[in-house]
Amino acid sequence: MWDVIIVGCGVVGAACAYQLSRYKLRAAVLEAGSDVAAGATKANSAILHAGYDPEPGTLMARLNVAGVSMAEEICRKLDVPYRKNGSMVLAFSGKDRDCLRELMSRGERNGVPGLRLLTGAEARALEPEVSGEAVEALLAPSAAIVNPWEYALAMAETAVRNGVELYRNCRVTAITREQGGFAVTAGDKVFHGKYIINAAGVYAGAVHRLVGEPGFTIRPAKGEYYLLDKCEGTRVSRVIFQCPGAAGKGVLVSPTVHGNLIVGPTSEPSGPEDVSSTARGLQTVRELAARSVPGIRFRENIRNFTGVRAGSDRGDFILEEAPGVPGFFNAAGICSPGLSAAPAIAEYLLEQMAGRGLALEKKEAFIDTRRRVRFHELDREGRNELIAKDARYGRVVCRCETVTEGEIVACLRQPIPPASINGVKRRVGAGMGRCQGGFCGPRVQELLARELGVRPEEIPLEDAGSYILTGETKERWF
Amino acid sequence: MKELVCIVCPNGCRLRVYEEEGCRVEGNACPRGEEYGKNELLHPVRVLTGTVRLHGGAIARCPVKTVGPIPREKLLEAAQALCAVDVQAPVHTGDVVLADVCGTGVDVAATRTVL
Amino acid sequence: MREYELIVIGGGPAGLAAALSAWEGGLRDILILERDGALGGILNQCVHNGFGLHRFKEELTGTEYAGRFIDMLSGTGVAVKTDSMVLSVSPEKQVEYVNPTDGCQVVCAKAVVLAMGCRERTRGAVSVPGARCSGIFTAGAAQRFINIEGQMVGRRVVILGSGDIGLIMARRMTLEGAEVLACVELMPYSSGLNRNIVQCLEDFGIPLYLSHTVTDIIGKDRLEKVVVSAVDERRQPIPGTERTFLCDTLLLSVGLLPENELTRAMGAEIDPRTNGAVVWENMETSVPGVFACGNVLQVHDLVDFVSGESGRAGAAAADYVRRGPAPAGRTVKLENGDAVAYTVPQRIRMEAAGDGVQAFFRVNRVFGRSAVTVKSGEKQIARFKRDHMAPGEMEHIFLPGKLLALAEGDTLTVSAEEVEA
Repeated sequence: MWDVIIVGCGVVGAACAYQLSRYKLRAAVLEAGSDVAAGATKANSAILHAGYDPEPGTLMARLNVAGVSMAEEICRKLDVPYRKNGSMVLAFSGKDRDCLRELMSRGERNGVPGLRLLTGAEARALEPEVSGEAVEALLAPSAAIVNPWEYALAMAETAVRNGVELYRNCRVTAITREQGGFAVTAGDKVFHGKYIINAAGVYAGAVHRLVGEPGFTIRPAKGEYYLLDKCEGTRVSRVIFQCPGAAGKGVLVSPTVHGNLIVGPTSEPSGPEDVSSTARGLQTVRELAARSVPGIRFRENIRNFTGVRAGSDRGDFILEEAPGVPGFFNAAGICSPGLSAAPAIAEYLLEQMAGRGLALEKKEAFIDTRRRVRFHELDREGRNELIAKDARYGRVVCRCETVTEGEIVACLRQPIPPASINGVKRRVGAGMGRCQGGFCGPRVQELLARELGVRPEEIPLEDAGSYILTGETKERWF
Repeated sequence: MKELVCIVCPNGCRLRVYEEEGCRVEGNACPRGEEYGKNELLHPVRVLTGTVRLHGGAIARCPVKTVGPIPREKLLEAAQALCAVDVQAPVHTGDVVLADVCGTGVDVAATRTVL
Repeated sequence: MREYELIVIGGGPAGLAAALSAWEGGLRDILILERDGALGGILNQCVHNGFGLHRFKEELTGTEYAGRFIDMLSGTGVAVKTDSMVLSVSPEKQVEYVNPTDGCQVVCAKAVVLAMGCRERTRGAVSVPGARCSGIFTAGAAQRFINIEGQMVGRRVVILGSGDIGLIMARRMTLEGAEVLACVELMPYSSGLNRNIVQCLEDFGIPLYLSHTVTDIIGKDRLEKVVVSAVDERRQPIPGTERTFLCDTLLLSVGLLPENELTRAMGAEIDPRTNGAVVWENMETSVPGVFACGNVLQVHDLVDFVSGESGRAGAAAADYVRRGPAPAGRTVKLENGDAVAYTVPQRIRMEAAGDGVQAFFRVNRVFGRSAVTVKSGEKQIARFKRDHMAPGEMEHIFLPGKLLALAEGDTLTVSAEEVEA
């Protein structure tokens, strides 16, 4: 019997698992995909918002500000790339100026520290590439950028280190109520648990429907992005927003913690798994971004990607016990600022669950650290120490991001090892760079097959079905 | 008259071949172009390149080629014949890995030395 | 710190030719740093023929061509370190590299030749819309899988881009039993060699769609189909012209980019037209004693020309080490005029030019009967006839020293023009 079963291992499921793993209880995480952090968590703006956007009094407002302040410490402890670089919202018109004042006032009520209005000239003194059309800007020093999937992965890994059990390729298909809790069917397994946290992202509604009608509807909306080469990565140093509109926070321009420039997103209602990009969407991104930062060279694009936000018709996070289903807690409707709020969402849910009888007794020994080797960040001495111990750190596999064979092999020994090429990419960065795996892809494939003891064609790009190779040459003909 | 692009070398000369005049060739910059133009109309030939399975080497396939041109219509059949060839390292450039491929009288030889 | 006379970064065709000619030029302390496990670079996966007609007067495969150079090199005392990735090069010619046996080391040299080659443009570079499924490869990555690893990448194939690698892979995939449904080219002409269109597409009945592009990619996990549309003169898709190909594989052959991250970080001047270093008549970059050649300098169509250019770079590096810097004196810029996209070299030191200078360039549209002119201001100092020129085919001219001497001012302009039949 599990005390808590978490459905979904995006950033919210991972944060819940991480917080739960501090306590003496048995928790399981059931993830439908082949990897954690592979839904909305891997495809978003990679921003920790300061927290001036949400309407004061909402859960979004309260948990955004709390979440970003928790994130800084978590990233430090768990070795997650994080940089508090601040953000700027630009105003281009009188109406926009009113909007900045509204945002500032919301921010102040939400408890966002250090907000300040800048003239256009002051804004350009800080960010020289900002358009001359910008007449005013709102500066928020507490906004940050983060590696979103490593953030979730680090929390999930730490949870697993502390005893939480993660089941991947484990899509929940049935939930029945039983004495003292629930029986959750996933694949060919049945999990019996006292409490359930529904953190299934775009499928939160579908999972809820397994125990009864949800009082909400998930409204998936996709956002398209550009990721530009590192040569564009210093075009701005802060996150540059425009005034939010009906469709969300609009198109932003920001450096990433990897040193690239991210530009996007659009916002369009979509299917739950529609991560395709469109010519029209990409054109919209280019046009809108040029308004903020006209000098962006889109020909330095290395990748387009699309994420699906798991927002709901409620317009706020849904963090509550499902009415009429005691023990079934929703963490649903998590769109922006979900990444920013994640650890606070988990804390908030745990408080509610404790109020409904979940016993939270702290463990004596909780491991709250995580370190990983990043060869390219080491000095020469550090590199040589590493290579002396393991020569595989001397073989560079990914040229663009300087990732070594040693790092790839090491990530396979972690609590949540990758099973796909993209899984390796998310863990060590191989294939993230300007050649997009053109050179290192075949090598990573070979390495992964060798280390996992499988044939190369058994290594997928992402989930099962996304095979890369079709078998050896000379074996099949027509 | 047929217009052809000569494929003998990267220059890609534009040839005009007059069938009615015994396949007289114009537009060629060298004698090999003339030969190509004639051949291409009468009995087109190609060099086949590809790989064969390699065992015991640092790489999984050994590159090979036909040591001379073979009839163009035999290309696919000859490529298929390479599927049946297994080579053991070490292999040297020029080693014949398959003699008289598909009855063409042309051998297939390794194009890389793998020790 | 170990000091070499010359360090060559990259052991592909450019690095091999540069090291050999530097050896022939009298240097006896040369090091090649190669990031792969073997010398030969991209030629190791080029199992097709068409190499060496200029250099060796016979038709070789890529692997044979590399083998010839590796054999020649093994007769010299040039030192080679494989599996060695160069992390940085300083203007003082200190080279930091890493490999499993030496670890992370810094060595230095009196001269450096940059021969890192190029990489393929990716899906992102051309922003092909659609799903993010598997089954989409750059042509070169597919080539490596098939030719070296012996792994097949798919069964029903569409190729976007008609560059030479794409054309070569159309034939390769066919000869490995796959079905190649189409080769799709955005431009109204192919950027590949004519001979490759004939022997890689036409021989196998593979259709070439000029002025078309891929406008959608569909597939949940693995690629299921691509949508191809015709484009107008501004290269914009024309609605209503969509056709769908059921396929499991899309190969991208959409151009090559010189890999100049080390060059940029060193502070060498880069030419935005070539994405390679700006070089003098002897392949020397703006950093004295640092030379560049091969695809890291400009993307070539023929390896024979890479070897030629790299041979000149290696010889110049030997001269630099043995005789010191090239004489300064008067310099001229070589600039592109009408219909010329770039020139290499970009600059000429008149005194160092000696007997003359080899100049390379590409035109930016297709020409029939035409002429290349070299002008100094309004004065024409040289004119070269051509029967045909195309962007896919690099042109080269030799400017003899005595013609160069006619140049006035500090600029020479290379232009292309149609000539009445």
